[in-house]
Formats: sequence, structure tokens, C-alpha cells
Amino acid sequence: MRRATHARWAVCAVAVALAATACGGGAGGGTSPGVVSASWGDPQNPLEPANTNEVQGGTVLDMIFRGLKRYDPATGKAQNMLAEKIESKDASEFAITVKPRWTFSNGEKVTARSFVDAWNYGAQLKNNQRNAPFFSQIEGYDQVHPESGRPTAETLSGLKVTGEHTFTVKLSQKFSSWPDTLGYAAFAPLPRAFFDNHKAWLAKPIGNGPYVVNSYTRGFQMSLRKWDAYPGEDKARNDGIDLRVYTDSNTAYTDLTAGNLDLVNDIPASQLKYVEADLGGRYINTPAGIIQTLAFPFYDPKWNKPGVEKVRTGLSMAINRDQITKTIFRHTRIPAGDWTSPVLGVAGGFKKGLCGEACTYDPVKAKKLITEGGGIPGGQLKISYNADTGSHREWVDAVCNSINNALGDEQACVGNPIGTFADFRNQISRHKMPGPFRAGWQMDYPLIQNFLQPLYYTNASSNDGKWSDKEFDRLVDQANAETDKAKAVRTFQEAEKVVRDQMAAIPLWYQNGSAGYSARITHVELNPFSVPVYNQIKVK
Amino acid sequence: MGHYVIRRLLQMIPVFFGTTLLIFLMVNVMGDPIAGLCGEKQCDPATVAQLRKEFGLDKPTWQQYVTYMGNLFTGDFGTAFNGQPVTELMSTAFPVTFRLTLVAIVFEIVIGIALGVVTGLRRGRPVDTGVLLLTLVVISIPTFVIGLLLQLLLGVKWGVIKPAVSPEAPVDELIVPGLVLASVSLAYVTRLTRTSIAENRRADYVRTAIAKGLPRRRVTTRHLLRNSLIPVVTFIGTDVGFLMGGAIVTERIFNIHGVGYQLYQGILRQNTQTVVGFVTVLVLIFLLANLVVDLLYAVLDPRIRYV
Repeated sequence: MRRATHARWAVCAVAVALAATACGGGAGGGTSPGVVSASWGDPQNPLEPANTNEVQGGTVLDMIFRGLKRYDPATGKAQNMLAEKIESKDASEFAITVKPRWTFSNGEKVTARSFVDAWNYGAQLKNNQRNAPFFSQIEGYDQVHPESGRPTAETLSGLKVTGEHTFTVKLSQKFSSWPDTLGYAAFAPLPRAFFDNHKAWLAKPIGNGPYVVNSYTRGFQMSLRKWDAYPGEDKARNDGIDLRVYTDSNTAYTDLTAGNLDLVNDIPASQLKYVEADLGGRYINTPAGIIQTLAFPFYDPKWNKPGVEKVRTGLSMAINRDQITKTIFRHTRIPAGDWTSPVLGVAGGFKKGLCGEACTYDPVKAKKLITEGGGIPGGQLKISYNADTGSHREWVDAVCNSINNALGDEQACVGNPIGTFADFRNQISRHKMPGPFRAGWQMDYPLIQNFLQPLYYTNASSNDGKWSDKEFDRLVDQANAETDKAKAVRTFQEAEKVVRDQMAAIPLWYQNGSAGYSARITHVELNPFSVPVYNQIKVK
Repeated sequence: MGHYVIRRLLQMIPVFFGTTLLIFLMVNVMGDPIAGLCGEKQCDPATVAQLRKEFGLDKPTWQQYVTYMGNLFTGDFGTAFNGQPVTELMSTAFPVTFRLTLVAIVFEIVIGIALGVVTGLRRGRPVDTGVLLLTLVVISIPTFVIGLLLQLLLGVKWGVIKPAVSPEAPVDELIVPGLVLASVSLAYVTRLTRTSIAENRRADYVRTAIAKGLPRRRVTTRHLLRNSLIPVVTFIGTDVGFLMGGAIVTERIFNIHGVGYQLYQGILRQNTQTVVGFVTVLVLIFLLANLVVDLLYAVLDPRIRYV
């Protein structure tokens, strides 16, 4: 019976393997009453305030942190949160007073130090923080974060702690609306635990917001629970949030319709047709601070000759925005009429008519302008986009179609797909674009400045097309130095008109945030950053 | 036998180096991964340089490969972009995919071989034609269609299963995904077994066994099945590696966070460390599975001896 023992061994081995693998895993995945389950994506970078620059990580930071300012979830206006007052006489030196009685969830007090240490950490080159440029306006940034070589200072010279709850900030340039940028997650305070045991903090972040992290299994799920001792006004109205990582938004949506998930904050494009029927009134589609544009490679002399602005304007007029947003995006995008976003509000600088007829579909005039400007540079328009995410192919093809129809030439415009987002960004940063390329901008803070300066100022961080205009730069500098808010906004709009006249980038559409939720929860809203306002959600 | 195993293990070394080098080059050709780390924004140059240094991307590719291989032998698979060691990603992803593959293999063995035996013994009968047609249908429909259909019907319409598998991925939740993953291979196993059984039924040793007056059951399991299983075992063995790497579609549909998910993320984010690390382990599994298959031949057929 030698051979029989062979077989028996094999059976035993399989049984052991089955048993061993079956007992892996911990507590069950069911949701307790009062807890909301929501779809989530795996953050790309380590979860630190100054290192998080995408929506998934930002979602969590918004729940576990409160900064000096907070953007009103409904209006987007920057309001004092931990800041008692922020004062300045000259728009370059600010005295900040932090409200007393705030603590982190581990009991540690939030003081002026908590901010200064966090900002110094964020700016320091050695810490590899992706959001370091947000501190670049503070004096001494070049020393802690030089463009090349080693840093010559450990801390920002513009930051000074003047008392337990007071500190001063000196900027290297006048920037009157700087306090309004402080609602951005990178400016959050950090507890000592972050510096003392960084690894443990990353495994289970500690903050000062309405929620505490209960457990975090990277790549799978983060459980957040209500922090009962939270000192702020915006306490959580539910017991907690379970953020579950979904690899595919379609699966998340299926889970929502099957009743296993409460909240999906990204409706896949393929489901938009059925979403009304599936969810009825439990579907949200509201404006967010995102604008999609077509940028041009101004580093290519073909696109940077005088007279080519006529071609660029003509191309803008050849795009039928109404039809594309209706048929492809099913009204989750709104045709753009300026270079900002509706979430700014009229007082904040949004002015839909600013682009005027340059953004109005007029194929006859478009053709005339393009011919006057010398035709499409290089004979053919190649629109580059990354093909891995989003439904970029669909709209690029539609835009090309629209342009081809206007010009009466089937080959005038073609799409140029690039495999991955990383490669797309890589080619952009190496200035290798063969023609216009997809450019999306999600605001960091609801200010008109954020829609113009990073994108169109000479050599600005996100000026991917390398557009440069002295008049525009001058107006932006002037607007930043302006202490009167309304006047500053008007000056920014003057600068925006320069962008329009030169057609530095073609505005396509404003992107909405979309979400769907189950009948179990109510009071679901999206903030201007298209992130659900979790603390307001109520469980039935 | 011992010599044979040693020779086979030695053969694995060049294959191992060759495949890892190929993957390494392929991922590197895709371009600069750091560019995608800052979203739609341009990373500032100083941070880019710093990150590049941290991930060792500032050195020439051959040097990166040598360093990587050197680290590999100390058990260091590098770090993913989100700061997590790749070994940690593996320790969460591989058990899940391993369980899923196991479920799929069990389906292949139990259902596939059983159907194969039944149809092989009843060649040309209605049962045979029916199963043949069924396997044809399964083979011709893409996996994701079967997956999405089962998810919609069982998960949403009838509420028998949850459409998405929970993070712990227990075996009972993996039954439907496992069936979906196994479906195509299952059809092949059925067809392979059927042909093999039908052929061997007319073999001399089967006739002898029947003539000896052995019970029918014993003839089928001991004599007929055992000899007919050699091609099937070969297929299932190679399928182990194939299923683990190819689970990407099934894992996406049912939101299973296994190897396929990590590989997909790694490729999207151009994370060399993740992709090369996972593929290296997959290559090893593939090679080992093949070795086990070759050794199993001796168990199935005593005439096969390795020297």
C-alpha cells in the first residue's frame, strides 16, 4: 500500500492548506448601526497632511483634521475654525491667534507649536512632502527647500512662535488672500506623536477632527468612529464611517444597488444612464471646483507665433460644448464660459460670460479665424490624453469630431492616447507634447487666484504649456498685493481677460461632483471639492 | 529522483534571472514613474530629485537591477510608492489570491474530472453531447461577462451572495468568484478528461482488468482514471500559475484585493518595485507548480522513473 500513502499525504496537505488559509482574516466586515459605509480608493502617497494631493487621501484628512480655516461645505467660503484671528497690516506679515481649548484626539493640546512644527516638517526637503510648494510663500522657503542641493536651514525663518497660542508668519511676497488658503489640508496641525513615532502614526493617524481612526488596514478599509470629546461645532451626526477600498467604481455601484454600501462618491460613466432609475432622488450631481481645459505647448515655436492666437480662439469656437456635455457626460459637466469654476460664486470671481463668443460654438467663424491665423500649426491637430482612467477617449474623439466638422476636413484633428497617467505626466513635464493636451485642474482652495496663478503665471508650478505673458503676470502681482478683496477679484478678472484674448488654454467644461447613497442615510451633500460632507450624514 | 529534482531546481535559476530582468526592463521602458505622483500638478524639481534618490531611480537601469536583485536575496522587495514595503503588500495579497486559486482548482478537479469521466464513459450519448455543448458555451463567453452576469443575478437580483467580497475574503465568499475564475479551465479539464478516458477505455489493460472480473468501479478509478489523468494533471499544474496571475479580471469584478489588484495598481502607477516583486513570486510559483507536476507523473504512472 505504498502508493496509497502518497495519495493520503496529498489529501492531508491540501486539507492543512485549506484550514490554514481559511482561518486568516480578523473581525467580520458587517456594519454596525449608526455607521455609514462608503466607497474609497487607496491613497497613492503615505497619508500625511503635507503629502496628500489627491481626493482619496484628502477625504480622510477632512474627517480627522481641522485647520485654522475651514471652507464652508455649502458656499466654499473660508471661515475661521481653529483661528481666533488672523491679522495683517501689509498683506505680508500675519499675526495668528489659535483658539484655546482645542486638543488632539490623544488629549494633547493644539497650540501654536502644533502648526509651526507641522509646517516646518511639510516644507523641509528631506521629508519628501509632495505638498511642500504650498509653503513656498513663507519666508525662508528657499533655505529649507532649495531647488537644487542640500537645504541650509532646518526651519522656515518666516515662522515665529510668540506665545502658547500665537505665532507670526512672514511671507516673502505680498499675498492678501493668503489666510484663505489655510483651509487646505497641508496646513493642518500635527501632534507630537507624529514626530516621536512616525511609523505608528502612519499606521493609525491621530488628528483633531470630528472622527478618530479606529482601525486602518491599508488597501482594504479604514474605520473611523465619532470622537465624542470633539470640541468643534461640526460634530459628527453619525457614529462613524467605514471607508472601503474598491478597485472598480462599477463594483461599488453594484454594491450600493444591492444594499451593501451606503455611499458611493463616484458614479461610473457607464451607469449614468440608469442612475436616476436606480436611485431616484438619492443621486447628487453638484458643481465642484474642477475645470477641464485644453492646454497648448507654447514651448513649441509653431504654437507661439504672433497670430496663432487666432487659431487657438478658432479651435475653441469649433467645439460644440453643449452637445458633448449632454451626450457624453449626461449633464455631469457644464459648458465652461470662463477659466474658473461656479463654486467660487460671483463674488469670488466666477463670471461665466467672461469668455464670451470665444467659447460659443460657431463653426463658420471658427473656420474663418483658423484660416486667418495660418491654419493649424503642423497641418494636423493631435490632442494628447491618458487612456488609462476616466473616459477621456470619448470626449477627445467628440472634440475632434466637432473640430473636423467645422473645418470640413476629416483629418484635421485626431486623438493621441498615452498609456498611463504617469507616462502622460512624464511627457508633459519633458515638454514633448506634439500639440494640445488634456489639462484638468482641481482647485486646492476656493479662490480665483488658485485657478489662474498656478496655471498661467510665468514658470508657475502647473503652467504645463509654458505660457508667458508680462501683462498677465503684472496683473496677478497687483491683485495679490491688493488688500481690498473685491478689488483683488476684479484685478484677477482683468488678468483672466488676458488669458482669454491670447487663448492660453481652451476652457472646455466645469466638472460636477457626483454621488449616490442608500435609503439608510440622509443629509448627504458634496462640498466644493466633490468630497461628501461625512459629519453631516444622518443614519435613519 | 534526487538528481532529477536538483537538476530541475538548477534550471530554475537562469529562468528566474531572465524573467525578472525582462519585467524590470519592461516597466522601466514605460517612462518616469515619479511624474505621476503629484496628480495633475508638476512635482517640484527638488522633491522629484529626492524621491528619485529614495526609490533608487537616479541610477542607470542595470545598476538598479543589480541592487534590486541583491536586496531580493536578503528578503527586501523594496517599498511601494505609498510607503508600504512590498513584502507587506504580498503578505496581504497572496493569501487571498491563493485561497481564490485553491477554490478554482478544487472546482476544476471535482467538477471538471467528474464531468469528464461521466461523458468519457458515455461517449455519443445525450449526456455527452449536452456537456460538450455547455463547455463550448463557457469557453466562448469571456470571463468578465460570466462574472458580471453572476454578480448581477446572484448579488443584486436574488441577493444570494454579496456582490463585493469583504476584506477578509473567507472561503465561502470566494465560491462564486472561484467558479467564475475556474470556468474556462473547468471546461478544458472536462474535455481533456473525456478524450483521455474515451481513448484508454479501449486499451488492453482495461480489457484485461475487466476480463479478470474486477468490479466496474475499481476498473474505472484504479486502472482507467489513473492512467488518463496524466494530461489533465499537466494542465491543472500549469494552470495554478496562470490562475494566480490571471485572476486580475475576476478580482476586479468582485473587489478582491489580491495579486491581480496589486499588479494592476503597480502597473498604473508604474511602480517597478511592486510589479517586479509580484511577478518574481508568480514566476517562482509557476516553476514550482511545473516541478510538482513532473514529479506527480511518477506517482500516477509507475513506468515513469526519473534518474
